[in-house]
This record gives sequence, structure tokens and C-alpha cells, in this order.
Amino acid sequence: MEIIKRGAEAILYLDYFEGRKVLVKERIKKPYRIEEIDIELRKERTRREVKLLTEARKIGVPTPQVFFVDEENAKIVMEFIDGKKVKDVVDFLSKEDLIKIFQQIGESIGKLHSFDIIHGDLTTSNMIIKEDLVYFIDFGLGFFSKRIEDKGVDLNLLREAVRATHYPFLNLIWENIVIGYKKNFKDWEKVIKKVDEIEKRGRYTEK
Amino acid sequence: MLSLGIEGTAHTFGIGIVDDQGNILADVRKTYTPPSGKGIIPSEAKKHHESVANEVLEEALKEAGVEMKDINIISYSTGPGLPPPLLFTAKFSVELAKKNSIEIIPVHHGIAHIEIGRLLTKCFDPVVVYLSGGHNAILAFTGDTYKIFGETLDVTIGNLFDTVARELNLEMPGGPKIEELAKKGKYIRLPYSVKGMDVSFTGIQTVVSRLIKEGFRKEDIAFSLQETCFAMLTEVTERALAHTEKNEVLLVGGVAANKRLQEMMDIMCKERNAKVYVVPMKYAGDNGVMIAWTGMLAYKKGLKLEVKDLIKPKWRIDEVKWFI
Repeated sequence: MEIIKRGAEAILYLDYFEGRKVLVKERIKKPYRIEEIDIELRKERTRREVKLLTEARKIGVPTPQVFFVDEENAKIVMEFIDGKKVKDVVDFLSKEDLIKIFQQIGESIGKLHSFDIIHGDLTTSNMIIKEDLVYFIDFGLGFFSKRIEDKGVDLNLLREAVRATHYPFLNLIWENIVIGYKKNFKDWEKVIKKVDEIEKRGRYTEK
Repeated sequence: MLSLGIEGTAHTFGIGIVDDQGNILADVRKTYTPPSGKGIIPSEAKKHHESVANEVLEEALKEAGVEMKDINIISYSTGPGLPPPLLFTAKFSVELAKKNSIEIIPVHHGIAHIEIGRLLTKCFDPVVVYLSGGHNAILAFTGDTYKIFGETLDVTIGNLFDTVARELNLEMPGGPKIEELAKKGKYIRLPYSVKGMDVSFTGIQTVVSRLIKEGFRKEDIAFSLQETCFAMLTEVTERALAHTEKNEVLLVGGVAANKRLQEMMDIMCKERNAKVYVVPMKYAGDNGVMIAWTGMLAYKKGLKLEVKDLIKPKWRIDEVKWFI
């Protein structure tokens, strides 16, 4: 068992399942909260994440395939995407490749949003590139919502993350995300407007 | 060198005097209490402050054994807060400074809560959990400001506890009573709502109101309320710790006094090799000392904080260029 990430909420490790290498996400027990709350939260969140992952995959957004779910122990056994984080390759890509990749990312987010899937933690660390395909991982903070506000917050988070980690490419990246996004989502204009509005009001969400 | 600080953002009118080593020479406060079962009435708070201001000042000087001429700087709570009491406090402070030809420094009330916590607990660079009636935020210092990483999307935990306490006919302030009742309670399921590093409490409020009307045991309600709200707050605090890669947590504001909250934060922190610091009870609520100390820090660092607007009722903490 090789632990590859220890997050605040879950650990990720590599394992074997039915003869193939898989990634296991296990939401760990939190001794600070009472057991009733702990069990229910971990179960509920595991269930929701699986739902988001499979739903996203169904509409054609590359996500790891879920092989097995153990709700009682809050474990998701899924495909291990053996690629590179988008975050780690941006600096080494040509302009043409940057354009291609971020248009693809925009298209995928457009698809997610047109099906009311909010990822909740869109950063370039949560996107894995493998054979020119960008996979979206970690739907742990995701949820379903029709609200333009939620979609705007989702995209704003990505822009903020790009600003923080890939500042020199911010304009190029954002432009191409939007080009991809509008291909797949008819309400794109409202959301992009919302993103600017959200940025202006700081980090505060609508009350 | 002496700094005199004046607090008056809400219920409390307080004056504190500190020296440049952080020694507290005076701490006098008078608090306006709204009629039982009622929330704060801003114009009444202002009237209260008006009626006690001179007395509080005299007492503070006497307690410190100094006179106005010994004071080097005067600071006052410029915001955020309720405009009527803020405005009175600002005018009183500016006038006092002018009359005695003393430099005046505007202070952010939230930063003052953090800085008095840092002074008294000796922590250095914490994730700050600021919980009171008016505030509900997770903050940390990054770059050159304190930034808000998470907050409530609706009501504050202090507000929620007060509302529940009123509905349960408990004595105010409700927090300590709820903590006492919770010791003998059993768990009833309540909504749990966390979004990233933000929390939402209105769902809990709705369900608890219904449970009270339906006659569920007070003890069980108090227990479930605490367990649910504190689990939410501990979870977002842990996320902020992971995100900022810091290893200290500082609890400030009135709710920080709750032992169960402290315990949960402590368990969470121990697991991550982090440490919890709690502002001493006496300085958890609003007071003039924290304003005096924060003004002293600003002055010592040579921060140019000019009084452009007399008051800033919605002053955001990340608008203030700061240092640690």
C-alpha cells in the first residue's frame, strides 16, 4: 500500500483490485467529532463523490472510472490515472499546446456546468493530463446546482488558482478556457459575467 | 511609552492602557445590556456609550496611575461595527486626542482581537478562528494582510447560540448555559453544511426551532447543536491549516471560551502536530486593551494609518496592510 496523498479529509493510496493497479480514496475517521456524525458524513460524502464522478464520466468528461465503493468504510476504488498534473506541465508547454489543453479544459467544465455539476475545487492540481486527455479528479467538494452563482464561483476559483500558480500565462489560459467553455454551455455569458462580479466583491459569496 | 485604546463597536465601551512591552496598565469596560429577549439596538448602544465614556476614561487613568499627559498615542476602534456607537466612539477619541495634542491611530476591531490573542498566548503565525456574536471567520496572515479563508454564509455561531438560548428560555448570554446543558445530552441529527472553508448555520437554526416546539429535551438539543456546529468549524479549520501549511490555531472571540470547542480543536491539531492557543477568557470579549495594543503595534512599526473616514462600519480585514 503506497500512500500518495494525505489530505485533511482523506488519504489516497495505490492498491490492486481484481488484478489491476487502482487508486483508493479513503475518508478517514476524525476522532474530534462524535461517531454518529463521523460515520454519516464519511458515508454521505463518499456516496456523493461517486455520483459526481460517474455522472461526469457519463456525459463525456474524462474522470477516473469507479470500480468499487465501500460506503461503510468510506472507500472509493477507482482507476489510477498515471499521468501528470496540469499544474506541473504548464511551464513546459508550447503556446499551441497551452491553447489546446485549456480549450479542452474549458469544454469539459462547460459540459459539467451544462449538466449542473459543480466541481467545487477546480485547480490545475486537480487535472491530470495523460495522452493529451485532461482528466478531472477529486470531486470531494463537488455538488449539483443549477445556480449561475455556483457556476461562477466554480470558475472564479479556477481563475484565482491560475492567477496564483501560472501568473505569466493568466490571460492566455483564461481566454482559452472561455473559448472552450462557451462551446458546451449555452448560459456561458451569464456565468462569465458572474465571475467578474465575484472577483469584484472579493471572496464574499452572495448573502 | 503608553498607548490608550478605545473600543466601542457594539455593546461594550472600553478603555485600555498598555505600555510598549505589552503590559496592561488599565482595563475598564462598561457594557450595554439590551432588554431581556431582545437584540442590540444600535442607537441605545450609542446612548449608553455616551453616558459612560467620561467615567470609563477617568477610571482607566486612575487604574493605570497616569494622567492624560503621560499618554503617547490614542487608538480607537474604527470598524467594523454598528454606525451609531462607532461614530460616538470615533468623535470622542478624536476630540480627546486633539484636546491633549496626542497622535490618533485608527484600529481594525478584528485585527485587535487577533493581536491581543497573539500577545497573551505567545503564538506566532496561527490560523485564527474568530467566533463571536458578530463574527464567524477563519483567517490567516499571508502576504501583507490577514486574509479570510472561510466564513459563515449566513448567521454567526454566536448569533445562532443566542437565538437557540432565547427559544429555550435560557439566561443570556446563552453560550455558557448551552455548554452546561450539553453535558447531559444525546445526539439528534442536525443538518451539517460545509462548503470548502465556509459554513452555513441557517439549516440548523430551522431544525432546532422545530425540535424546541416539538418539546425535545433541552439537553439533547444543546448537545447536538454543539457537536454539529463545532465539528463543522473544526473541519474548516483543519482545511485551512492544510491549505496554509501553518501549525498553530488561535481561538478568539467570545465563543472561544467553550471547552468542548477547545477540546475538538485540540484533538484535530494533535493529529497534525499543530497546537491550539486560546485567548484568555478575560480578553475574549470586546475591550479597550486590544485596541490600545494594536495601536501600539501599528505605531511602533511606523504604519501610516491616517484617519480618512472617521468610521468604517464595513471595514474588511484584508484591506488593512499589516505585519506579524
